[in-house]
Amino acid sequence: MSDKKSPPIGGVIERGGTAHEYTTGGWRKFKPVVDHEKCINCLICWVVCPDSAIIAEEGKMIGFDMEHCKGCGLCASECPDKITAITMEEEAD
Amino acid sequence: MATLKDFAKKEELFTGGHRLCSGCGIPPIVRLVLRNYETPVVAANATGCLEVATTIYPYSAWRIPWIHSAFENTAATISGVETAYRALKKRGKIPGGDKDIKFIAFGGDGGTYDIGLQSLSGALERGHNFLYLCYDNGAYMNTGIQRSSATPFGCNTTTSPAGTVIKGKLEKRKDLTRIVVAHNVPYAAQASPHNWSDLAKKTQKAINTKGPTFLNVISPCPLGWYTKPEDSNKHARLAVESCYWPLYEVEDGVLRVTYKPKKKVSMEEWLKPQGRFKHIFKPGAEGLLEEIQSQVDEYWEKLLEFDGKPVY
Repeated sequence: MSDKKSPPIGGVIERGGTAHEYTTGGWRKFKPVVDHEKCINCLICWVVCPDSAIIAEEGKMIGFDMEHCKGCGLCASECPDKITAITMEEEAD
Repeated sequence: MATLKDFAKKEELFTGGHRLCSGCGIPPIVRLVLRNYETPVVAANATGCLEVATTIYPYSAWRIPWIHSAFENTAATISGVETAYRALKKRGKIPGGDKDIKFIAFGGDGGTYDIGLQSLSGALERGHNFLYLCYDNGAYMNTGIQRSSATPFGCNTTTSPAGTVIKGKLEKRKDLTRIVVAHNVPYAAQASPHNWSDLAKKTQKAINTKGPTFLNVISPCPLGWYTKPEDSNKHARLAVESCYWPLYEVEDGVLRVTYKPKKKVSMEEWLKPQGRFKHIFKPGAEGLLEEIQSQVDEYWEKLLEFDGKPVY
């Protein structure tokens, strides 16, 4: 990614997915916290996340991408009622 | 049928870092739909939330070839891309030879129901091999919540404001899925992001059907519906459970309702938490809720009559 001082010729963005380099974590008022002991790795949180911020590896939910999580709370509200492994906590200043 | 674990193992083609609102209903739809492709895919995008928020220069959230040209011509754009691909392939000018490439167009309800309708109709009639996905959030949310022809009856928007005399939008919404079905397309369906397996199944069918296919997916909008971001999926679920947004598909002319709620949720339960409908629960709007409920009931009954039967 070129910086603003030297944009590429023609303003071309040379590759896809560069938005990943832009962080939206600063939008957050509340942050998701997961209790791995309760989590059953159903990955519902992963499918509902608008910001691709649930990190899943080998079919397991391993945590959050806090650089992109906007703190919407969808993961916590969609975490199955009997499990409630994800809760929202106020973001420290 | 792929499980969420299978989907999660596939590459993320739509990255975080886009500027769509917190709790937006669109990205989960796009992420899931793109994961159903086994082949390379090319996307066209109508002007709208999805387009402006994912491609703010110099950032792009797309890891696939992506094209935007204007508001009204997404379907025409993808038609051109698909035709160029076919022509070049025929002449042996595609590097990699006979690689199979699929095409998808994304549009919001404004870019599909209203502004892009003629280009969509043309592309469907010409029979291009592509999937058109409309995310319907029920207004022009990107430009400040103006009414569209997908806006529900009685809904408050900035151009159909609820006041003391007029109570929100006076017209019924357009039934776009039925308009698309009238083009005799091989596959058209309505889906919702809260039911990911239903959406994935329909996407699979749409991708693997030759010819133009169409998906109309409800997309909750915390900004324009005046709802809490964490409740987006809940509202998609209630839209389906109340039969406002029936899940059905039309495959080779035969309609099938893919989900029938065991107990129909009242429209009141769905509308009450939404700020865009708060006026209908205030004095002076008596009868409006009943009117909305009877419209939804009437439509659902009609749809059930066609369940399992050919519609054309």
